[in-house]
Amino acid sequence: MDGIHDLGGRQGFGPVVIEHDEPVFHAPWERVARAVTFGVVGTVPNASTSLFRHAIERMEPTHYLSSPYYEHWLTAAATLAVEGGLVTREELDQRAGGPFPLSSPTREEEVEIPPAHGARFRVGGRVRVRNLHRPGHTRCPGYVGGKVGVVTRVDGEWNIPDVEAHSPARVPETLYSVRFDADELWGDGQGGVTVNVDLWDSYLEPL
Amino acid sequence: MTDDDHHRPVPPSPIERRVTALEQLLTERGYVPEGFVDEFNRAYENDIGPMNGAKVVARAWVDPEYKTRLLEDGTAAIAELGFGGPEGHYMRVVENTAGVHNVVVCTLCSCYPWPVLGLPPNWYKDAPYRARMVREPRALLAEMGCSLDGEIEIRVWDSSAEARYLVLPERPAGTDDLSEGELATVVTRDAMIGVARL
Repeated sequence: MDGIHDLGGRQGFGPVVIEHDEPVFHAPWERVARAVTFGVVGTVPNASTSLFRHAIERMEPTHYLSSPYYEHWLTAAATLAVEGGLVTREELDQRAGGPFPLSSPTREEEVEIPPAHGARFRVGGRVRVRNLHRPGHTRCPGYVGGKVGVVTRVDGEWNIPDVEAHSPARVPETLYSVRFDADELWGDGQGGVTVNVDLWDSYLEPL
Repeated sequence: MTDDDHHRPVPPSPIERRVTALEQLLTERGYVPEGFVDEFNRAYENDIGPMNGAKVVARAWVDPEYKTRLLEDGTAAIAELGFGGPEGHYMRVVENTAGVHNVVVCTLCSCYPWPVLGLPPNWYKDAPYRARMVREPRALLAEMGCSLDGEIEIRVWDSSAEARYLVLPERPAGTDDLSEGELATVVTRDAMIGVARL
């Protein structure tokens, strides 16, 4: 989905704020939120990292941008716990003493399962990233859509996240590392910079 | 402030109430075992962190054959030193040279090589770093204190799929006399992410 999480290349953000001697956790609740998330993801049906990531991506965009990192995890964990039937929204609201914001329902109604196929590309081959704007989970960053790059690695087969997040099916497909010139991505003439993105076979088309 | 105010406990914040709500419901229903908070976190608070990656880098600096294996099959070479596990199932190590600088980001979430670097700092997970590093890496690196000569090629790695990346920094000049253990203390987390050079 073209969600707020897909941040690569977005303009208008300010400096990177660095906290020196940053602790692993900033408050006890972060530590609990991280563990609770593993507990939920280990319990709900068809659980996967993709399912969890998509639950974060479905957060209301202003909530996503204005909340600390482990609030993303907690919101996703609570959403999956409700969707998986472990708890109800009413129980969460009641225990929390107020509204417990959850992520929006997925808008992926019927996941597209690509037909099985072998690796279509080789190291050195030029590829174009398909211009996909599906409503569900994907690990194809929006900023490479339609762009041309060169395959630099063939990484073997891994389950496609786009299927895994929405279905009990697990569809392995070849994963590649693709190198893009920064100027191809941004058209700003910057030289001497490449951006390397790992992309599944079905995200790509031959040139 | 009166003494009475001083001793009044601070009421839990909304986020604290929400965390407690979910934790209690899951515990009461047996979905999470007793002690699970410690179980999931303890290792990352004590044993897993950039000191692990620093050992990998130091070994690569003193042992050319190890370095070759590390660049060829990062997962296996890192496992030789006893490191592996979640977010380290497929490791790629990318080498800095005089002419090439590598830097790692995850634009879609927070992918990071836990077994060798621990859990990521907030700035790595926050929007400005994720938005800007793929678009203006030379400017952002300079802002973060890593000014690179214009002749140095920058390779940004958006680690948003299966591979987790570790940058192998160049061995600094003047370290010929240091032991492997001493070299490990020279290596920083930021150099292994690629936002610093040593």
